[in-house]
Amino acid sequence: MSVTTTEIPVLALAGASKSFGAVHALREATLELRAGEVHALMGENGAGKSTLVKMLAGVYRPDEGTVKVDGAAVAFHGPLDARDAGVAIIYQEPTLFPDLSVAENVFMGRQPLASGRRIDRKAMHDQVNELFARLGVELDAERPVRGLSIADQQIVEIAKALSFEARVLIMDEPTAALSGAEVDRLFGVVRTLRERGAALMFISHRLEEVFAICDTVTVMRDGAVTFDGPLAGLTSDDLVRQMVGRDLDALFPKETASVGSQVLKVERLTREGVFTDISFEVRAGEIVALAGLVGAGRSEVARAIFGIDRWDGGSVELLGRPIHNGRPNAAMRAGIGFVPEDRRQQGLVMDLSIARNATMTRTRALAHLGIIRAASERALATEWGTRLQLKYHRLDDPVGRLSGGNQQKVVLAKWLATQPRLLIVDEPTRGIDVGTKAEVHRLISQLAGEGLAVLMISSELPEVLGMADRVLVMHEGRLTGHFTRAEADEERIVRAMSGQTQEVAT
Amino acid sequence: MSASAPPVDAGSQDRARRLSETVFRVRELGIVLALLLLIGVTAAIEPRFIHLGSLQDLARNASIYAVMAAGQTLVLVTRNVDLSVGSVLGLSAYISADLLSHGSPMIVAFVLGILVGGACGLLNGFLVTYGRVPALVVTLGTLYAFRGLAFLLTGGAQINAESLPDSFLKIGTGTVLDVPTIAIIALVVVIAVGLALRNFRSGRELYAIGSNEEAARLAGIRTSRRVVAAFVTSGALAGVAGVLFASRFGTVDATAGNGYELTVISAAVVGGVAINGGVGSVYGAALGALLLGCITSALIVLKIDSFWQQAAVGALLLIAIAFDRFIGLRLDAALRQRSAARAA
Amino acid sequence: MPPELATATPGNAPDSPASTGASEGSGTSLLTRLRSWETLIAFLIVVACIVGSQLSGEFLTTDSITTTTFDMIEVALMALPLTLVIVAAEIDLSIASVLGLSSAVMGKLWNAGLPIEAIFPICLAVGIACGAFNGFLVTRLGLPSLAVTIGTMGLFRGLAFVVLGDQSVTSFPATWTDRAFGVIGGGDGWIPNVLILFAVLAVLFGVLLHYTPFGRTVFAVGANEEAARFSGVRVKRTRMLLFVMSGFVSSLAGIEMTLRQSTASADIGTGFELTVVAAVVLGGVSIFGGRGRLGGVVLALILLGAIQKALTLAPNVSSYWIQIVDGVLLVGSVLVPNLVTRLREYRAHAGTRTRALRPARAELTTIGPRHKEEEE
Repeated sequence: MSVTTTEIPVLALAGASKSFGAVHALREATLELRAGEVHALMGENGAGKSTLVKMLAGVYRPDEGTVKVDGAAVAFHGPLDARDAGVAIIYQEPTLFPDLSVAENVFMGRQPLASGRRIDRKAMHDQVNELFARLGVELDAERPVRGLSIADQQIVEIAKALSFEARVLIMDEPTAALSGAEVDRLFGVVRTLRERGAALMFISHRLEEVFAICDTVTVMRDGAVTFDGPLAGLTSDDLVRQMVGRDLDALFPKETASVGSQVLKVERLTREGVFTDISFEVRAGEIVALAGLVGAGRSEVARAIFGIDRWDGGSVELLGRPIHNGRPNAAMRAGIGFVPEDRRQQGLVMDLSIARNATMTRTRALAHLGIIRAASERALATEWGTRLQLKYHRLDDPVGRLSGGNQQKVVLAKWLATQPRLLIVDEPTRGIDVGTKAEVHRLISQLAGEGLAVLMISSELPEVLGMADRVLVMHEGRLTGHFTRAEADEERIVRAMSGQTQEVAT
Repeated sequence: MSASAPPVDAGSQDRARRLSETVFRVRELGIVLALLLLIGVTAAIEPRFIHLGSLQDLARNASIYAVMAAGQTLVLVTRNVDLSVGSVLGLSAYISADLLSHGSPMIVAFVLGILVGGACGLLNGFLVTYGRVPALVVTLGTLYAFRGLAFLLTGGAQINAESLPDSFLKIGTGTVLDVPTIAIIALVVVIAVGLALRNFRSGRELYAIGSNEEAARLAGIRTSRRVVAAFVTSGALAGVAGVLFASRFGTVDATAGNGYELTVISAAVVGGVAINGGVGSVYGAALGALLLGCITSALIVLKIDSFWQQAAVGALLLIAIAFDRFIGLRLDAALRQRSAARAA
Repeated sequence: MPPELATATPGNAPDSPASTGASEGSGTSLLTRLRSWETLIAFLIVVACIVGSQLSGEFLTTDSITTTTFDMIEVALMALPLTLVIVAAEIDLSIASVLGLSSAVMGKLWNAGLPIEAIFPICLAVGIACGAFNGFLVTRLGLPSLAVTIGTMGLFRGLAFVVLGDQSVTSFPATWTDRAFGVIGGGDGWIPNVLILFAVLAVLFGVLLHYTPFGRTVFAVGANEEAARFSGVRVKRTRMLLFVMSGFVSSLAGIEMTLRQSTASADIGTGFELTVVAAVVLGGVSIFGGRGRLGGVVLALILLGAIQKALTLAPNVSSYWIQIVDGVLLVGSVLVPNLVTRLREYRAHAGTRTRALRPARAELTTIGPRHKEEEE
């Protein structure tokens, strides 16, 4: 593994800061990408990685500091400026045209022309095949993109970047949804590109992948760079320490609750191609964390339990009674509340008012002789707003006006108003500032203290370790670890997250 | 087609791929088969159906719809819709017939018909892109406005075949080597638009916009300009259809083409053009128009109440979209199984 | 926490960079817009009335209310359930065909000698069945409602012709036709009975949309189907019910129209569907769903009626202007607010524009000519 570094970084950030309202997403970040080098960007979720990437991609402009290309300061006014500067981003979910062929996706808008400005399909296919040959992959240039696996779609994105002669390739968690063989193929491509002199940036949570492919690393925490340098000589523990680096107990006010009787029982739950043979239970007063990498199937398990997706095999019981397959309404009546992963798209109806969102699950109970009066709606919303210390201007304001943390409180209010027995929270603190985060944590732990069973999905290890009574770990759709609070530590969880099955606690 | 197909890694991928190819390459073939089946069955019951005269009639009936369906395809592919085409046809039919009845040369009538249609399309396109008004709302509004304009122009008058030059009426009624002239014109238009949509960047970019508008913008496509162009073409082709309408029927008043918009959209959708954009070809849409026309003719020949015609067209449209959906679901299932196999 | 308090105050709310989706406006302006939209239509109604009374002395008479009601009543009836359908981000273009089918069935059964009181429930059941068929195709098969209802528009109208052919049936009992054509208080009155029918239904649908749990789900489904599903809302059932309501009211309008005109035929109400959609959109209902008030739609219907009457009565104005004015109003109802917003945006951004710095790129070659980016 030869590391060739040139003098001037191809792409760099110098002292870049960015805030959204009161939240400092990025604070004086500095980063340098050099030709012929694979650079890792690591950090917990919410550490500022995606803000940094979006800055390099021309989506955001830094409030302070500069983006430099070949050492010269530039201002990207949009993604096209970044592209023209030779920067290509491969997102986790590729942005392609599903209805068009692979070759057209690569060359859209720049198709090679024959006489009379007609598209020269043969030349186009030849060039795409040549690109694939350079990457060392086999893919039919003429087939439509619809139906390609995520891995193949990423290859198409990479081919597109190559066709632009991109010199910088930034990959945002490219391996999250990939199988082992697909990761190997991707790494082959990455090595090829490095040898050809491209600068690559690789964002991943998987430590072993970082060590396998990267030359240098930048670690971020709370919007700031905590480490920047060559990877050689570092260990997994070093990186983890840099990523976490804080005292867990201070942030997570976990109350010790007496664990009661069984509330949720999931047995051999399977959804083909998504998750397999998942069995676990959650008891009253207990917080069970479901840890794993993005794409491991955690949210999908939660969605199936709540009835959003159907399961193909197995069963779910709440308080000893079976839950219907594929009916959210039934799950809700049985006593399940679900705070979903994507607050803006799934948790709330952004156009509707705070009051309407907070009472959405209770409309029937609010109605008197079939009629809902605005006053009772507000009364219920106010009640929960007060209990959860919601900061709002007017209840009639659209919920989209609130900050992320307060939006999350509205989602929680909506579900707590149903007096659930089990609360599923999927990434409860994603995109929330530190202060409100602690509030949400305190609330969840207080609810568990009152006897609520909580199933918490989280990608933030400190959150998992700080909050959970028990930790379940998933990898590629299967449970690979099961730890009590005493057994759980970062190393064990991280190992289980990357697929090494751990001894199951009894 | 797929001479350079490299070996694939799994049998299940093969299945998924074959299915997707079924959708993408054989869709038009399905309509051709339906068409042949319809003609065959009808001819078996009533051999007169495949006589020259009735086939010529069939071609004439379908021609006007086919030209409009070609234009509609461009708009639908970008995930928009043009409901104003029927009114544009009326406007262009009256204006061109009026000119001809006052002695203008035919070429002037054609050019003006196209210009009128194109101007209508330009207005639609501007309102949709720069005004950011949904296409359904814009073209519903202009459907009324253009029709009202046609009524204002005619003042309730009607232009009859007697006042139109014979040479012009020949286009609608005459034949070249037994092929109706109007059908030749329609064929030329359909092939021209079809080639443009398939072989030119601007055409492919329409698919990109309908498939994923955000990605299209990221690829540097000037989306607004392309969408306006699609509307202009749709309008211009409705203008052409208006002139053809005048030559075919000879009698033109302000109601010409009333209600055509929904038949045209039906034809395109039956022909495999997705109402949600990104998918479909001009040839498919034209074949869809031919199939709808064929149903009408077959019912007449079979002496089935023509009342069934509308019901049959409606049912056909529902079957077509249900079929497309079914294939799509099968494709998803195949893919899910594939990833299941991969995980195992 | 002070930061949250700051973000919740109206001053700095609109431009959170994380906010996505063009439909998302700031709260007060959304509410003001909805309210002021209805005010604007009310204002336009007043203008139309003033202009109308200037154009013709007959405009401000009770008689013109009676006749305008008869001109608009079927469209008005069908606009009520369609408002809910569009708020739920769906569309139903088959309504006028259901109206025609209902009329045809009515004529056929009357010819067959059934008592009229037995025919009504059958017609209404036909309407419900048509709506349920649409709902089935949309919710169970997952087909887009625009395509589905273009298809069933043809199907139902075709069935209407199959049922009754091109004949018309006129011999309906006078007791019923008088009721449909009659006015309250008999000969001297001027409030048509059917206007009362409309008023009752308008109140019912208004309450249903704005003051019931069902109405809440309609808005939630239309604004964000996924979030509604994640809140335990039965999305498919909601949509199904809406299509059924639409079918039911359309068949009711078919019965009403048949009696009022004392004529059943398969082709009545042809083309009404687009007029109804136009009235709903003009009433301030977003074609993308999630927004709108029934009151706005009722006002829009009154406005359309007033314009129609004014232009019909006006001596020197061609009545063809009606369509043009309707079309312009429809487009304008969405265009004008958009332009106002864009103008504000433009003013806000005008100061901060700077030129892009182009990075130097010496050794790069690209395949094919390069594109310049589109300036937004």
